[in-house]
Amino acid sequence: MSETATTGGPSTADDPSITLYRLQACPFCERVVRKLHEYDLPFRSRFVEPMHSERDVVKRISGQRAVPAIIDANTGVTMSESANIVEYLDRTYGEAA
Amino acid sequence: MDLEFDVVDLGDAGHPQVGEQAPEFVRPLVNDEYWEDVALSELTAEGPVLLVFYPMDGSFPATYVWNELRDRAWDETYDVTIVGLSISSPYEHKTLIEDREIPYRLFSDPQNGVAESYGIVHDLDGMAGVSEPRPAVFLLEEDRTVQYAWVAREWPDLPDYDAIEDALAEH
Repeated sequence: MSETATTGGPSTADDPSITLYRLQACPFCERVVRKLHEYDLPFRSRFVEPMHSERDVVKRISGQRAVPAIIDANTGVTMSESANIVEYLDRTYGEAA
Repeated sequence: MDLEFDVVDLGDAGHPQVGEQAPEFVRPLVNDEYWEDVALSELTAEGPVLLVFYPMDGSFPATYVWNELRDRAWDETYDVTIVGLSISSPYEHKTLIEDREIPYRLFSDPQNGVAESYGIVHDLDGMAGVSEPRPAVFLLEEDRTVQYAWVAREWPDLPDYDAIEDALAEH
């Protein structure tokens, strides 16, 4: 199985620095996706299990099973909760950044 | 296979031959925890890849193929990454990985475009509008050059596991 990339490194088209753990059709995830597109940020989507209790991969990276969860190897940040993530993206990549 | 009923002759397939380069593709690759878009070339860049096209998850050949590949555990003996591909959805792949207890990853290709590019499309009789790959196995080198190729010429048919193992041992 492939290892989750949690360390920094140069971003390339094939290997973006940002990884988003998401659930298909989850509106909170889509909110983060819209924000990533808004700032034209390349990212890797990892789709996880709808059953909350089986999302161990998300718990390993973020400490909880909630999605969306994001890993940004540019800054070393791992974060859950869409409102927090959107605020983080605005702060880091928005016009104010 | 020595079967009492008639098998269907599928005829020739225009698939990549030994020595040719297998077509590149990107599809969701499913493991036991998540799936993400992965290019075949990302896998071959790491070493030889055994690409196994198999009938949709839940069919009896799918069960047979993955039980056999699990039991042979070639990835423990040879430098090879084993991946499957069927038209089943990522959700079905996760179930198959759990049910068969396989440590392998599976590509999901519901629209069967990879089979088209490999020249191994099989339109399923009695399932209107559904096509899937013929059962097929390709052993690929780092640059996707085909080292071994097997494509079913009959339906149903299963891979020649001993021949695959010989090919793995040779390379």
